[in-house]
Amino acid sequence: MAVEVRSPTILRNYTGGAKAVDGSGDTLAEVIDSVESDHPGIKDRLIEEGDLRRFINVYVNDEDVRFIGGLTAAVGDGDSVVILPAVAGG
Amino acid sequence: MLKLGQDVYDAILAHARRDHPDEACGIVAGADGVDEPRRIVPMTNAARSPTFFQFDATEQLKVWRDLDDRDEVPSVIYHSHTATEAYPSRTDIDLAAEPEAHYVLVSTRECGGDEGPVEFRSFRIVEGVVTEEEVEVT
Repeated sequence: MAVEVRSPTILRNYTGGAKAVDGSGDTLAEVIDSVESDHPGIKDRLIEEGDLRRFINVYVNDEDVRFIGGLTAAVGDGDSVVILPAVAGG
Repeated sequence: MLKLGQDVYDAILAHARRDHPDEACGIVAGADGVDEPRRIVPMTNAARSPTFFQFDATEQLKVWRDLDDRDEVPSVIYHSHTATEAYPSRTDIDLAAEPEAHYVLVSTRECGGDEGPVEFRSFRIVEGVVTEEEVEVT
């Protein structure tokens, strides 16, 4: 299952500067693992203690994954995954 | 230095006053590399809090896609402090994820929701280091 994963500027040091990289898998967790195997270090920026980091937004086909199962969200061939750091503060 | 039109400056202050005592937040979009961003996009503070802000995630994706389509960047990321000074808090610094952005802080601690004295300051936040910059309103 080929999936396009769009990386934010702040994570492009892991992707060799690329705005988008290829991933594969049937769930978001599998896609992230596949991206990690090509771009080591990126997973730790997305996941903490087995869950998505609070201030990282991930979307599958424009749906916030928090509403569709988080890391277990289903991903299919040709889907797009977008990663955006949350804009937040105090 | 950050250059802003008077209309954009006024719109940011109006948004901060309108949402007081909750924190207001938004961006000013501009073409990449252009000096003076002109398109203000007020964002929903999903936290609706006097001490915290977070862009609504679904709205953020939509706005970020618009930026891509228009070849723009979030040149300014602004938010208000409603009880403290217009200076990045520890949380602001920890969560700052746009090293290219001007981080504008407004404080409504004196004026509240009304006319009155406000603070308006701009900073770069890069890898935890805060550098204040001049703001020129034209």
